[in-house]
Amino acid sequence: MFRDIGGLVLLFWRTLQALPLTFRHRRKLLEQFYEIGMGSLLMVCILSVFIGGVLALEIGPVMVERGLANFLGGIVGLGLCRELAPTLMAVLIAGRIGAAMAAEIGSMTVYQEIDALRTMNINPIHYLVLPRLTAIAVGLPMLVVFADLVGWMGGAVVCSTNQQIAVGMQSFLANLRDTVELKDLAHGLVKTFVFALVIGTVSCHQGLATIGGPRGIGRSVTKAVVNSIVLILILDYFLTHLLVQIEK
Amino acid sequence: MSTPANQQGVRVEVRDLRKKFGDHEVLRGVSFTVERGEIFVLMGPSGSGKSVLLKHIIGLEEADGGEMLIEGHSIHAEGLRDRYRMAMVFQSGALLNSLTVGENVGLYLREHRLKPEAEIRRVVAEKLAIVGLTGAEEKNPAELSGGMKKRVAIARALVIEPQLVLYDEPTSELDPLIAITIGQEILALRDGTHATSLVVTHDRDLAFGIADRIAMIADGEILALGRPEEVRRSPHPLVQRFLTADFKPKP
Repeated sequence: MFRDIGGLVLLFWRTLQALPLTFRHRRKLLEQFYEIGMGSLLMVCILSVFIGGVLALEIGPVMVERGLANFLGGIVGLGLCRELAPTLMAVLIAGRIGAAMAAEIGSMTVYQEIDALRTMNINPIHYLVLPRLTAIAVGLPMLVVFADLVGWMGGAVVCSTNQQIAVGMQSFLANLRDTVELKDLAHGLVKTFVFALVIGTVSCHQGLATIGGPRGIGRSVTKAVVNSIVLILILDYFLTHLLVQIEK
Repeated sequence: MSTPANQQGVRVEVRDLRKKFGDHEVLRGVSFTVERGEIFVLMGPSGSGKSVLLKHIIGLEEADGGEMLIEGHSIHAEGLRDRYRMAMVFQSGALLNSLTVGENVGLYLREHRLKPEAEIRRVVAEKLAIVGLTGAEEKNPAELSGGMKKRVAIARALVIEPQLVLYDEPTSELDPLIAITIGQEILALRDGTHATSLVVTHDRDLAFGIADRIAMIADGEILALGRPEEVRRSPHPLVQRFLTADFKPKP
């Protein structure tokens, strides 16, 4: 994976240079945006409800036992928006969208469609990578905002319905409102934005680097998903460290 | 971008082209020149380096040594593709599967914003009609036969109004009737646009049917080069074996 870092940086830089052309490729961008956003919304919704619920279920009884039930909303809220929603949604999108990007571009590489674009003097980075990277960079943070909201509701429902926790929904949400600030949301969204760039760049790079036939496409898809997830988790630590320093 | 009025074919020069994949030397110092408006056929057995050579000429591969010149300028020179219009018809057609036939054929014009949408539609319909696929705009590439895909690929090349067209095995996997149609289309394209054509094939009938000159290549080297009758008379044993080999059923 680390051998590919040079190629990844180069691809990312070339895509950045092509950013002024984004409007020209708006149709492809909207198609990708729809696929990332609308196509993933239901899955994000289901996952977030359960992530929020499980978080409340794990922490709730321990906090209630120590007389800290009033802080439950804030803890669940912070945990979701600063860490769990950005990371888990990024992992989900790496599996769903990253795999699709690598497979589509990989198949185009293997079946000479990329070569055909080059012979027509059409830059594959402008035509294929730019719309995908832009769409995921905008779409994933929006999904995470949605995941935050749905996850908080999941936590609130579990806290209010679980006998062991028994924290009312209003009390949960009031503490959440008092604790979670805009900077906490921004913390999660900055991380999400970086994760989105990682998924888009890694997946498109793997697709373009595909060699061999259908087996090569399969290998590229696996590498795209695994490399994205590994990089997301490594970067998560360093980004969190950096953002915490900045927040001080 | 060159003006569409500039219909003159281009001169192609390949000088001492060398390419290795690992230890395997695919091209061993290949040199030849293709004159403006000429149909030049590179013929040879499978695995002789023909397609690799074609990819070098259009700039899809980096050579280990040697030069490919279009009108005296290196194929990798800045802005060369803006100055000269080039197209390649791939062996598989290489149509973009996510686009319809019409979108494939109009892709070059749309991406380079060369004409308004209504005009693009008209040009697409016109080029599809030339290759005998009138009304196929809304079809998906997956619905087409091998021959139809190749004809769409030729229509896509026609849209570029190319000064140089490269054909990679244009008649492979096609029945003899469609192969003749494709050969006629290559001739018609040259006669209509005066484009230079470089055809890679192992189809002897096609090569001798359309070529102004033929180069016979094997193991990365040119064994014979000249007008079809000159190549036919070549004393090289491998050339003779390739040209005269025939299927002989057991008695």
